[in-house]
Amino acid sequence: MAFRNPFAPRRPAVTTPDKSLLVENRKLIETIDRRKVLRGTFSLGALSLLAGCDISDRGAVQSVLKTVSDFNDGVQAALFNPKKLAPTFSPDLVVKPPRFNAYYEIDEVKPVDVSTWKLELSGLIKDKRPWTLDQIYALPEQEEIIRHICVEGWDYIGQWSGPNLKDFLTRIGADLSAKYIAFYGNDDYMESIDMASALHPQTILATKYAGEPITDPYGFPLRLRTAVKLGFKNPKWIRAIEVTNTYPLGFWEKQGFNWFAGL
Amino acid sequence: MKPISSRIRRMHPLPIRIMHWTNALSMIIMIGSGWKIYNDEVIFGFLHFPQEIVLGIWAQHALQWHFFGMWILVFNGLFYLAYGVATGRFARLFFPIRPREVVAEMVAALTFRLKHADLTHYNAVQKVLYVGVIAIIIMQVVSGLAIWKPVQFSFFVSLFGGFQGARLAHFLGMAAIVGFMVVHVALALLVPRTILAMLTGGPAVPAEDPHPEGAPAPTTPH
Repeated sequence: MAFRNPFAPRRPAVTTPDKSLLVENRKLIETIDRRKVLRGTFSLGALSLLAGCDISDRGAVQSVLKTVSDFNDGVQAALFNPKKLAPTFSPDLVVKPPRFNAYYEIDEVKPVDVSTWKLELSGLIKDKRPWTLDQIYALPEQEEIIRHICVEGWDYIGQWSGPNLKDFLTRIGADLSAKYIAFYGNDDYMESIDMASALHPQTILATKYAGEPITDPYGFPLRLRTAVKLGFKNPKWIRAIEVTNTYPLGFWEKQGFNWFAGL
Repeated sequence: MKPISSRIRRMHPLPIRIMHWTNALSMIIMIGSGWKIYNDEVIFGFLHFPQEIVLGIWAQHALQWHFFGMWILVFNGLFYLAYGVATGRFARLFFPIRPREVVAEMVAALTFRLKHADLTHYNAVQKVLYVGVIAIIIMQVVSGLAIWKPVQFSFFVSLFGGFQGARLAHFLGMAAIVGFMVVHVALALLVPRTILAMLTGGPAVPAEDPHPEGAPAPTTPH
């Protein structure tokens, strides 16, 4: 079920299959997938387009599409204007609570135990000492009322606040010329963004929603909120941040979604 | 009398034929994958596109197709527009459009009395359909950019009254194009020579053609 409607399962789960089923059958699922893509190609006469490819190679179509998706990452990076600000909105448009979404249901969220939680830092960072929540709360806050846009097509206005990410990265001595920054969730979720987007003025480590600490389903104690990426690029329940030059991919990219996913 | 050129000029020169079928392919990719993307967050609760007619079994593959097809659409479209303007094809075939003729020929078409003897000249209904669908495709690119890059192209979003407005416009544009395709294919099937013409080039355009490509649009006396 989680695969059928991965972002925001709206129906209450009646019987949720064990997630290990999906992992075990991933190969099979991917095979069906390629077969379907290939059939689509047939029915569309897209073969003429892919002349030269061995059509019996099921991966050929996927490989063309992935290559174009990677190319589109570069195009989006070129289109990205680091100074261009996303529209902001008035507080009366803020949706409360924010809309839940994860690759699992809201009742499967495992709340973070804040007594043991610390923000771990790794990679190209000078001061890798972990941060407690109180230390993060003590940092200057930035508030932004921005539109959250999901790759599925829905959106809502949210009011987020927390330390500006660029200020935080500067404070911990992160290499701001590195290419990527990866965020690891308390679950097995991981997403990465490009450094230019990380340094955008509307990218923050959000600790609050509508002036109150973010509640468990929405990422307590810490989540990324950037106005310049699709929703799935904003991990919740962050437990670690890594600065790196090695392309770290991400949870949804491994399933075929576009990595840059910039707005 | 002018010497007859060794190259026979056809109703649909080779570049037009290539661009026509390339565009048809890109439209099928964009529409089929767009339907799958739509299914993940429907605009109209009653409307889901069946899996059998969409492109991509999961949304991510539909997205891959959509952002693959967009390059074919945009580059082919730009070549087509440049070609149509530069050769005078648009001016010659699409204009002028006279509202009175459009109405009269629309009535004739709906009562199956529309004459289509000369393939090399478009009737008023054809002109409206072709110019209209080109305009809609251009709007699809604009609303598509608004949805894809709502921050970088926030101005485009404001044209549609917000992000969901842009999605709705993108959907309605799709519906209009699908409507065009239904009519276009139906009419072409009624006059199969037109399909052949788009494959082989169609009737030779006479060398003494009084309106060769590049010449200003003729004003037909009526």
